Amino acid sequence: MTQNLRVKSSEFIDETNRISFKFDGKTYYGFKGDTLASALIANNVHLVGRSFKYHRPRGIMTSGSEEPNAIVQVNPNSNITEPNARATEIEIYEGLEASSQNCWPSVNFDIGGINNFLAPLFPAGFYYKTFMWPKSFWEKYEFFIRHSAGLGKSPNTRDPDIYDHRNIHCDVLVVGAGISGILAAKNAAKNNFKTLLLDEKNELGGSTIFEANEDNKINHNSASEWLKKEINELKNIKNLEIKTRTSVAAYHQYNYLLARENLTDHLVKKDKKNKIRQRLLKIRAKKVILATGAIERPLIFNNNDRPGIMLSSAIKKYSNFYGVACGTKNIFFTNNDSAYESALSLHNKGIKVEAIIDIRENSDAKIIKKINDAGIKIYWAHTIVDTRGYKRLSGVSIMKLSNDGTSVTGSKISISCDCLGIAGGWTPAVHLYTQSGSKLTFDEERKIFFPKTDTKEQISVGSCGGDFELNDIITNLNYKLKKFLNINKTDFEGITLENDHETSKRNIWLLPSDQTIGKTKPFVDYQNDATAKDIKLALREGFRSIEHVKRYTTTGMGTDQGKLGNMHALGIIADTAGVKMGELGTTTFRPPYTPLTFGTIVGRNVGEFFDTFRRTPMNDWHIKNKAEFENVGQWKRSWYYPKEGETMHQAVQRESKAARKSAGILDASTLGKIDIQGSDASEFLNRVYTNAWSKLAIGKCRYGLMLNEDGMVYDDGVTTRLGENHYIMTTTTGGAANVLGKLEDYLQTEWPELDVYLTSVTDHFATASLCGPNSKKILNKIIPNLDLSDDNFPHMSFKEVLIDKIKCRIMRISFTGELSYEINVPASYGEAIWQKCIEAGKEFNITPYGTETMHLLRAEKGFIIVGQDTDGTMTPIDLQMDWIVSKKKYDFIGKRSLYRSDTMKENRKQLVGLLTEDPNIVLEEGAQIVSELNQKPVEMLGHVTSSYFSPNLNKSIALAVVKDGKNMMGRKLFVPMENKNISVTVANTVFYDEKNERLNA
Amino acid sequence: MFLINCPYCGERDQQEFKAGGEAHIERPKQPTELSDDEWAEYLFMRKNIKGVQFERWNHAHGCRKWFNMARDTSNDEIKAIYKMGEKPPTQ
Repeated sequence: MTQNLRVKSSEFIDETNRISFKFDGKTYYGFKGDTLASALIANNVHLVGRSFKYHRPRGIMTSGSEEPNAIVQVNPNSNITEPNARATEIEIYEGLEASSQNCWPSVNFDIGGINNFLAPLFPAGFYYKTFMWPKSFWEKYEFFIRHSAGLGKSPNTRDPDIYDHRNIHCDVLVVGAGISGILAAKNAAKNNFKTLLLDEKNELGGSTIFEANEDNKINHNSASEWLKKEINELKNIKNLEIKTRTSVAAYHQYNYLLARENLTDHLVKKDKKNKIRQRLLKIRAKKVILATGAIERPLIFNNNDRPGIMLSSAIKKYSNFYGVACGTKNIFFTNNDSAYESALSLHNKGIKVEAIIDIRENSDAKIIKKINDAGIKIYWAHTIVDTRGYKRLSGVSIMKLSNDGTSVTGSKISISCDCLGIAGGWTPAVHLYTQSGSKLTFDEERKIFFPKTDTKEQISVGSCGGDFELNDIITNLNYKLKKFLNINKTDFEGITLENDHETSKRNIWLLPSDQTIGKTKPFVDYQNDATAKDIKLALREGFRSIEHVKRYTTTGMGTDQGKLGNMHALGIIADTAGVKMGELGTTTFRPPYTPLTFGTIVGRNVGEFFDTFRRTPMNDWHIKNKAEFENVGQWKRSWYYPKEGETMHQAVQRESKAARKSAGILDASTLGKIDIQGSDASEFLNRVYTNAWSKLAIGKCRYGLMLNEDGMVYDDGVTTRLGENHYIMTTTTGGAANVLGKLEDYLQTEWPELDVYLTSVTDHFATASLCGPNSKKILNKIIPNLDLSDDNFPHMSFKEVLIDKIKCRIMRISFTGELSYEINVPASYGEAIWQKCIEAGKEFNITPYGTETMHLLRAEKGFIIVGQDTDGTMTPIDLQMDWIVSKKKYDFIGKRSLYRSDTMKENRKQLVGLLTEDPNIVLEEGAQIVSELNQKPVEMLGHVTSSYFSPNLNKSIALAVVKDGKNMMGRKLFVPMENKNISVTVANTVFYDEKNERLNA
Repeated sequence: MFLINCPYCGERDQQEFKAGGEAHIERPKQPTELSDDEWAEYLFMRKNIKGVQFERWNHAHGCRKWFNMARDTSNDEIKAIYKMGEKPPTQ
């Protein structure tokens, strides 16, 4: 039987709108405006989850994004399920389903709960200490650890929701819409700053909006009434954009912030449909005002984690904002005045407050008198030493604190209760401030880290800036805002303020118990089950740095990043190690402030939009003709064209034979093309390539090798001289963008005196490469009036011709060793020229071939592929390409490095050919090469870079880099594989047509 | 994410730029005259200082111009941006 704890109607809850939802399979009712947490509490459900390590029953602790315990699985077992969602942030809607996490079979009866009784076996560093031996067992341990680790379950099907990104530029960004944020945003907008105000909640007003302290007054009204009027006025202000349900996740340099705007999570299913679920706002603000408020601290005492133990401020919010009582018999435990305000709120609504336990000796604030008048008993200088109740708090034991606060004295008093509000003071929410790179200052007196320095671009106002009392907040806000925005006056200047003052302070990070610490469980990090005991153990074991203690104990490493307990962890370390907290510093606050879904991060960049693909103009033809594709850089290139029933190997063998026997055609459109013009174009090429270019005649082509300044091969390709001052350079497909970048770099920074202009024209041309002994006949059919004789159109030359009135550039160049022509046409005619070649070639059985066959054919000829046979450590000499390095040129990029003692060493790895003893064995690319089989350890001489079965030679061939390979011609080496050792012989890199006779066949 | 004031285009997001390492290292005019050590000094040695560092940047997804930046590496503050060939600021 559930109990209704809805005590008073609230203006923030729509009681005419009843909503049903399911939690752990059971149906409950709440109202529009409720969070899952407030609705559960209204149904008297506090037990919502089990803790991570000990599986202890846990309840709702807070009312906001700092919640460590009440993290639930939303819409379990569906494709929109979301793990680790905070019940305190989920707005309920009709049909919402949620369930507890980390428990089996149910939250009420959890098998893992046995860990709680085995707790002495699980100290800090348990995993590190236990699973390290025997070493060989790690894989077995890992299996079980992985199965028992983790909180929620991630969805295992595709996310059906739509996410979006938006860029926003504004003059002033205000983060947090509490009283400070609202006043700051309003005044910024009124002074013509384009202003954006964000708040993670669905309502504006922060904690002031539900405050009921009659001693806090603005212009003689209650602070909440006054603020409501201010909020009302926001509607009429131009220049102000307000976004609620929007949480700032990250604050990067130069005022670049990322925020998640939640658009549909609170809507019923049918209203979510086809709408953007969440939007990532990428905000660049000229000025940022942080008004993120403060987070209430818990108190650290024995068994401080039972369901029913909550932050005092949360109890106040549930009662004042949601109209829900968190218990029927309440106790507060505090070290400051704020718990009294919560207690009085409950008392005024007729909710019973049994007692207030205060660790201070006394306080003379006005509110204390009101509590006394209400007849609520206050235990001064007392602490809770233990709590009772397994699945729900049933009582506490208290004792008197010693004067120094390190022990307890006197007799134990037992008080029964079902709800305990704890109030350990306030921690400014400085997460965003520190993410931006700013440094915190520690105030020893108030025990807070706070942002002491403001900059021209950023200020912190309100309680995140270290001001907690109304008078300080408003006065300092007025002063800071005028300076920051450079304005003379704010619209709240001169309002009258009254507030109660806190006069007495006492802070004890770890409260003593009558039991020894070893027997207590004072939780510091609720989500990760780290206790004060674990922290002390880490210190005993020699950890000193806060970052190390954090990782060893996992304090602050949960999904809540220790928003509640991190300060206590620091305090306990400082006290135990005898250092000052200010010197200890804090751990790093990392983005995101609250977890982000991957969907929000990637936005629309999913599926085919995840990465850009580039397709050639002939792409449709390739698809129609059943090509398989491979990714080369961003390009989709035809890999091979299998016929019905053919394997890849069969297709490649067929294509390779056809290209040498009759004719083949390759789509070479992806090669990088750079148009080079200017009166110094020849000189420029002289400086960037290893060989000489000045004497290249117009209409001729030349192969060039480009080095890095360190002498290593960077790129290669054929460059054609189109005119006196005009060249077209081709680069490798993958290297095109980098080569252009490198050339531009040299032109702009080293040789600005050269008159050279570079233009990337890769996409402007489509290229069909005709190859094979019949290619000349095919080309002749297409362009009958072009004289294709070797005299008129020899190898390594160029012709500009018209095909059907379309200007074509034809280069007679070859990457296969066969007679071959590359026909370049404007991209839009790419498919047309391809078709023409295919039709003209029909009688010669023209065979389209892909990149795999191209690689095989060039390997037969020993032509390198930069990036496959080279890896940034190969000089042209290493590649046995000495012939391409000019000895005459005074300088070119990388020249000097070729004469460094290291690059001149004889025994560097050099490119060689490899032939297997058994011609049917094809080596694996990447396989290691050795000269000895019975030696351990054996020296690795090199590795296989390219390897194929050559159908034209009817044997396997391979290229490899081998230490001192040049001097190993004919040597027998071994390629040891998992199951066998393969014998190989070092050979020439050119396997086929060594005399290049086929080029003119 | 820096906001970089390209001297040719104005303020743009860091995403549009490429960093190009230490600035003011001139390629030797006569590399063949240099000893291995001198050449290695040019080729490999770069400062990696904490404090104001002069760097090359390229507006790769914009005007594609190279320029120089004085950046404090300890807090990423961009102290100055100036064109190629210009002298670094003294302060």
